[in-house]
Amino acid sequence: MSEIFVIVEHRLGEIRDITFEMLWKAGELAQKLSYTVTTIILGHELNSIVDNISDRADKIITFDDERLKNFNADIYKEILSGLIEESKPTLTLIGNTSWGMELAPCLSVKTGLPLATDCIDIMFKDDKFIAQRQMFNGKIFSNVSFAESKECLLTIRSGVFPKDKIGDMQAEIIQKDFPLTDIPLKKNFIEFVETAAGDVDISQAELLISVGRGIGEEENISLIKELAEALGGVVSCSRPIVDKNWLPKHLQVGTSGKSVSPKVYIAVGISGAFQHMSGASGAGIIIAVNKDPKAPIFRTADYGIVDDLFKIVPVLKEKVLEVKKG
Amino acid sequence: MDIVVCVKRVPLTEEVDLVIDEQKKGIKKDQLAFILNDWDNYAIEEAIILKEKYGGTVVAITVGNEDDEEVLRRSLAMGADRAIRVEVSDISRFDSLGISKILSCVVKDLPCDLVFTGVLADDDNCGIVGIMMAENLNMNHANMVTAIEIEDGKARVTSELEGGLGEISLIDLPALITIQTGINEPRYVSILGIRKAAKKELKIMNLADLGISDEELSPKTIIEEVYLPPETEGAQMLTGDPDKIASDFIEILTKKGVME
Repeated sequence: MSEIFVIVEHRLGEIRDITFEMLWKAGELAQKLSYTVTTIILGHELNSIVDNISDRADKIITFDDERLKNFNADIYKEILSGLIEESKPTLTLIGNTSWGMELAPCLSVKTGLPLATDCIDIMFKDDKFIAQRQMFNGKIFSNVSFAESKECLLTIRSGVFPKDKIGDMQAEIIQKDFPLTDIPLKKNFIEFVETAAGDVDISQAELLISVGRGIGEEENISLIKELAEALGGVVSCSRPIVDKNWLPKHLQVGTSGKSVSPKVYIAVGISGAFQHMSGASGAGIIIAVNKDPKAPIFRTADYGIVDDLFKIVPVLKEKVLEVKKG
Repeated sequence: MDIVVCVKRVPLTEEVDLVIDEQKKGIKKDQLAFILNDWDNYAIEEAIILKEKYGGTVVAITVGNEDDEEVLRRSLAMGADRAIRVEVSDISRFDSLGISKILSCVVKDLPCDLVFTGVLADDDNCGIVGIMMAENLNMNHANMVTAIEIEDGKARVTSELEGGLGEISLIDLPALITIQTGINEPRYVSILGIRKAAKKELKIMNLADLGISDEELSPKTIIEEVYLPPETEGAQMLTGDPDKIASDFIEILTKKGVME
């Protein structure tokens, strides 16, 4: 029977959400196509991780070893390529995360299997698998197939599939020994560091006014600060603003910054890249201001204002002050 | 410290209506402006910062046609010492694996302690080429790097992880590092600077020079079709004059309980 591999991503003893999302998609495909789902866990002291997913797969293969305590793409690659050659899974799913995107390309070269990254869906059409992905920051979608190969590797975007359990499975657990005699340790883990520490905690704010690339120049950020002040809200931002050092990292909303859950999220001059939107997905409602009516943010926002922010933001601010004055 | 940086010219697509081409395999590009891929801009800057600190050379490479030389000239103006373009009239016939093979063939004959690529290209958004090169070249690697320090022939790098966490690791050189945006502040390049850099060496190679056959480059992933995003309900637009928009805006905030 055909098999789907899901490579479990975990960090500091916790399963990452992307793992549950991949298991959901794998489960859905497996039900439809009568495939089986095998999850692979590499790490050390894995009992609680195994317990947490044992009802979401047909088979769990664990490599539990001190030498796997920290993620290392080269060691993962060596172990997984052996397993893939042995079992020939039709699909191998890996998270499209910082770690997954270091692992997947080398695993693809090593195994010779084709790779599609950052997939937002997997379809089975005319007897072949099609990966759906985006290009040009979500402005274009594409369907990708895999030449002559029967097997392929896919990295899956975070947050596109539910974290729910599919069906009722009871996994057979297979413990394997660390298979490598020669450890290719070319990279040594030192430590984790907090990169987004700061005095303001945007994850606790009820009202966020978030600024993006559309603001153009550093001095224009005062426009957003004034609106935030008028509203009694907190300023946050998207990545390009932090990259340019215009606002500190702890105010960044997104996958590499903070996840926020305000009642209202006002996004000004933010195009709406998924990395940003996933951080704002906990918001009650999203109001987007952008002059590009095709900006991806209008697909996920609840309310939209298509206008030049330099024209509309001052009007919003004045009106707010006026109303507050009574 | 000899550093090779792989760069790509990409279309500017923000605030632009993209049009699908007749074959439905890509977008029409004749009306678009092009720039150096944002991540690659940071990669070039990082290479130059390290060169200024430790000496050595910076070589910029791209794969593409004559128009793509624009990003090499920009790299030279920023401070790269020389540039190489691998002549390919239409890179869309290759997938990321193919491009990684071409670049690897160029890099393997160059002296280098570090190879930089951007994490991602702003056009296909694949994020594959850099790490594939590392595997092709059997080179140490680190992904999504936001800080690099050189110590005793090793690189101490910070990789960006999700959720505001960084992972610090130590890798032996030579190594391939994919550069994340924000790692530095790329310097400004003037038109005069680009003109001056025209004196620097820009070498053109072709696939035959590199000894790569078309067969080796046949794609493993195939774009079946590209299309505009499926319609969704989308946002409810606030329309009318600015005053009306502002009133509607305040009404929404009041309903949600964030306006006193």
